[in-house]
Amino acid sequence: MTDYRKLWSDLGMDLEKHDRLTSALPLIYEEVYLQQPDRPQAMEYFDLVVAEIHSLRIAELVEHRRRGGKVCGAFCVFVPVEIIRAAGAVAVGLCGGSQFWVPDGERVLPRNLCPLIKASVGARLSGTCPYFQSCDLLIGETTCDGKKKAWEVLGEYAPVYVMDLPQMKRPRDLAAWRGEIELFLARIEELTGCRVTPERLAEEIRLQNRLRQALERLYHTRKADPVPISGKDALLVTQVSFYDDPRRFIDKTEALAAEAEARIASGQGVFPSGAPRILVTGTPMAIPNWKLHHIIETAGAAVVCEETCTGTRFFEHQVDETGRTLEEQLQALAERYLKINCSCFTPNPGRLEDIFRLVEAYQVDGVIYYNLQFCHGYAVEYYAVEKALKARGIPVIKVETDYSEEDTGQLRTRVEAFLEMLR
Amino acid sequence: MTVLGIDIGSRTIAIAILNDKGELLAGQVADSGPSPLERAREMAGNLSSFRRVVATGYGRHGARADFATDLITEIKAHALGASHLFPSCRTVLDIGGQDSKVIRLDEQGRVVDFIMNDRCAAGTGKFLEIMAQGLGLPLEEMVAAASASDGGVTLNSMCTVFAESEVVSLLAAGQPVGAVARAVLNSICDRAQNLLLRLGIEPPVVFTGGVAAIPGLPVYFARRMGLPDLLVPTRPQLVGALGAALYGIKVNKATG
Repeated sequence: MTDYRKLWSDLGMDLEKHDRLTSALPLIYEEVYLQQPDRPQAMEYFDLVVAEIHSLRIAELVEHRRRGGKVCGAFCVFVPVEIIRAAGAVAVGLCGGSQFWVPDGERVLPRNLCPLIKASVGARLSGTCPYFQSCDLLIGETTCDGKKKAWEVLGEYAPVYVMDLPQMKRPRDLAAWRGEIELFLARIEELTGCRVTPERLAEEIRLQNRLRQALERLYHTRKADPVPISGKDALLVTQVSFYDDPRRFIDKTEALAAEAEARIASGQGVFPSGAPRILVTGTPMAIPNWKLHHIIETAGAAVVCEETCTGTRFFEHQVDETGRTLEEQLQALAERYLKINCSCFTPNPGRLEDIFRLVEAYQVDGVIYYNLQFCHGYAVEYYAVEKALKARGIPVIKVETDYSEEDTGQLRTRVEAFLEMLR
Repeated sequence: MTVLGIDIGSRTIAIAILNDKGELLAGQVADSGPSPLERAREMAGNLSSFRRVVATGYGRHGARADFATDLITEIKAHALGASHLFPSCRTVLDIGGQDSKVIRLDEQGRVVDFIMNDRCAAGTGKFLEIMAQGLGLPLEEMVAAASASDGGVTLNSMCTVFAESEVVSLLAAGQPVGAVARAVLNSICDRAQNLLLRLGIEPPVVFTGGVAAIPGLPVYFARRMGLPDLLVPTRPQLVGALGAALYGIKVNKATG
């Protein structure tokens, strides 16, 4: 039995504060997750991952570092994890989904900033996130102005490397992004002291493609009516994909997808057939941000798809596996990652096409546009999304919120009234 | 058998009792007080005398867990209530104690779109109450004082707390009470109009909720917004409870 308290204190964590954080999670998890009826058996693994979110995986990271390995933390779906892993390092997603960290973030950041950024920086400053504490390098990116400037602040507390993501998708932008990926490769090689060979990179490209395909297979089962898995559970699986060991994650997700497929074959669902089907689109939801899904699903509707960074944006499109040289592989990586339709791009018609395609494929009755407060890119893009959806007669509402619970009553009213409209 | 509609709001509780034909037998409004559910049960009286008890408003989930048979949101309740009273209604403006909302209806009275204020109290009944305190005027006299003034003062703060300080400062700087009262009314009216414009004003507009019950205020709003045909129910605070009760009758008919 590992002594996690020692392990945490060796990571330089604030144990007393961390106790307060970890004492709240099981209660929330019980209410939000464990009380759902008819959950697939294979969700047990993901329950375990969350129950042990600051222990089992952290012990693996500590062990990896003890053997001289490096750990890189990333905040965004644009960071090509294939390169990190091909250089022998471990890639993990970083914390940022709880109100718990916001006050610490506000010590150094303005209050009028998105809660994801405030919580991420706060998690590092408060010393209560063992993932942050385990990182040898944090990888930022320029997907929004808030993050871009926050890296400068975070850089005072931990080593940060920033990738410059272009904001248009012209050929010259693809070339620039490919150049960024080359620089990134050099920086990671410098960190680990290992050269990335085409063989190792090919292996990681295949592995990450398999991981994305596993998520795609799971999401595909949500097209069925009745839906075999709740939106909350599917969201959790995607959230865990950022933290977990990729091989183990692929196995467990494929097992879950297989169980969901068997449920479809036997007509078993977690919501009655004909329950309203909701597509959530907008800003990412980091663990333990389950607020909106919980409100929607306790009101009797099923979330059947997420067009978010903790949803389809993370796993759609594969990297071309035919590249034999680093040159070809880096080009393939650049092309795949630049296909992501983040609102930081201008113009961004691809996101509208994605939403229409998903509305069709998942037989969606209504779209809920989720916006973390002060996320200007997604907030402004609502204008185009709303106009386009309404023109096609697809009901949509925007819900803007942060991680606090004070507006839960109002959100519930909005979501329930929206569902009444659909019925 | 009668049906009870009960609207448990942040500020007041309203009940409406309807017979099978949808005729209003009784309607009552009272302060929510410190224990709204208890107050709601008191107001309802003998619960077993109703075929259905439909809850709406902020306390609807609590009431459903406690004594109500059904629940609907205040959006649907106000839509049902307003289109029952005014069948031609296409837009509802509801300003309650804590929320303000605009609801668009189709020709059958079904909700096609709605919009709500954000989390804070700006532009709600609570905002007006606090400003009235700052002005040292009862709510009822605020409209008269504002109407008698030529204006010339604007309130810049949207936030209730800051607006209260602004009211106090304006008075301290020697601005007449009537002019400041007018600034307060204009502020909440402009905010409501903003919501209406965001959703699109399709007439006729029905104005419901506690704020619409303040004497003279709907006329003031109609003039300022340039909406001469703003419709106001005799008892605007009852519309949510009425809508809830009407829903109960609909369910009764559907279930036989």
